[in-house]
Amino acid sequence: MSAILLSPVAKPLAFALALLPFGWLLYAAIANQLGANPAEALVRSTGDWTLRFLCMVLAVTPLRVLFRQPALARLRRMLGLFVYFYALLHLLSYSWFDMGLDVADIAKDIAKRPFILVGFTSIVLLTPLAATSFNRAIKALGGRRWQLLHRLVYVVAATALLHFFWMRAGKNNFAEVGVYALILGTLLGWRIVRARGN
Amino acid sequence: MLIKTRDSGYLHPVPSEITPQPAYQGRRELLRLMAGGVTGAALASWAARDARAQMSGARPGKLPALSGVRSSVSGAVTLDKLTDYKDASSYNNFYEFGLDKEDPAHNAHTLVTSPWTVEVEGLVKKPAKYALEDLLKLSAQEERIYRLRCVEGWSMVIPWVGYSLAALIRKVEPLGSAKYVEFVTQADPKTMPYVGSRVLDWPYVEGLRLDEAMHPLTLLAFGMYGEVLPKQNGAPLRLVVPWKYGFKSGKSLVKIRFTDRQPATAWNKAAANEYGFYSNVNPTVDHPRWSQASERRIGEDGLFARKRKTLMFNGYEPQVGQLYAGMDLKKFY
Repeated sequence: MSAILLSPVAKPLAFALALLPFGWLLYAAIANQLGANPAEALVRSTGDWTLRFLCMVLAVTPLRVLFRQPALARLRRMLGLFVYFYALLHLLSYSWFDMGLDVADIAKDIAKRPFILVGFTSIVLLTPLAATSFNRAIKALGGRRWQLLHRLVYVVAATALLHFFWMRAGKNNFAEVGVYALILGTLLGWRIVRARGN
Repeated sequence: MLIKTRDSGYLHPVPSEITPQPAYQGRRELLRLMAGGVTGAALASWAARDARAQMSGARPGKLPALSGVRSSVSGAVTLDKLTDYKDASSYNNFYEFGLDKEDPAHNAHTLVTSPWTVEVEGLVKKPAKYALEDLLKLSAQEERIYRLRCVEGWSMVIPWVGYSLAALIRKVEPLGSAKYVEFVTQADPKTMPYVGSRVLDWPYVEGLRLDEAMHPLTLLAFGMYGEVLPKQNGAPLRLVVPWKYGFKSGKSLVKIRFTDRQPATAWNKAAANEYGFYSNVNPTVDHPRWSQASERRIGEDGLFARKRKTLMFNGYEPQVGQLYAGMDLKKFY
């Protein structure tokens, strides 16, 4: 396992796999494969993929420790940047397809609707993380401060989940929200238990 | 420099410039016809044929035919472009068959629509149990092309087949005490897999004020696109109230009850602050979680097109505005 993770193709392969959802959405949008309401399909699926990558990046450390696969850490930064990538696509889809790129309308919408505010906050909080993901930033900040800053991802896990919960609340349709809550809860809970044990 | 010409109007250098006698006589014939109104009639029949062609072109050929005469009710035939049958029959909200838009088209085949009876009861002189066959014949089937605006912010244009609910209401003679009409829809857990899910209380109940129910635009629909209703669209009969958000139009009706009290309706019970009893299409009253000022017309407004403005009462204000005269529509949303 660690041989695969350490091989030179591991990262490019992971990169290509992580781009697959984007590639599919792009193809489906052009080939008119997104059903009767393509705009809604794009906004929703980019949001879904943001949540999925958030789960994946938060799973790296628990899996690395539990299965003794230190090489997994090689993928963490890339997965983290893909969270930001899909989050930006999600924001862009909403701004463009729902709001017609009208900045005043978007600002009003953020102020008016708590669930949009929470979603927008999540992306804002992710921005410094993406911006300090390169090695020199880690050096410049110092390991401890960098790590502290990057713990913001735990806050984002909560706000992103709240965003999804509120979006589904109108229809009391919480089955999927529950699945993400369970996954993210387990991943964060594992960290709490581990921190207490130390 | 002055060029003198000897042309006094009688010189024709090229013979082909001369209008032949049959041509100018033909023009006189045409003028005579127009004066006699014949052209008007000819054009009318041509236009009607064109309109029918639009319909039969849309006729999907999937289900038994059910045709109706063009409705003469004011506002009943919009000129908006029809939504594709494929979209109208595959992008549905029908929670008894699942929560995703694609679910009803996949799951509704289990619905048993024959035999089907509709009970009309409550504050009426002549309560009755109608077999579907009798309801189909109760009044002349009309074709009505309505805009449909979903509370979620999308819209379609659908050619329904049915007749004004008022025709049925008159038959059962409501008592003076009847103020509201409650519509109860089918809730059979055996054939409707999501009945019992916690999203809503089942059966799905909707309601109208009696004067809203009596309005000629309120349609009891049995078909669409010249055929009987697909199951995912509410077969064998449903309500269509074009000036209200789509969820007010109950599908697969089994009971119509006349009451003196405002019915407790499904979405209102689930989230009263989001879905009012009236739920008239109103661009100035936003849903708590999104704006209602604009909408996306399914299949027509492209991905990058700006959404179109939503019209007051979904564009039916001239017909239904007076029903709400003096009412605070922000309060009674």
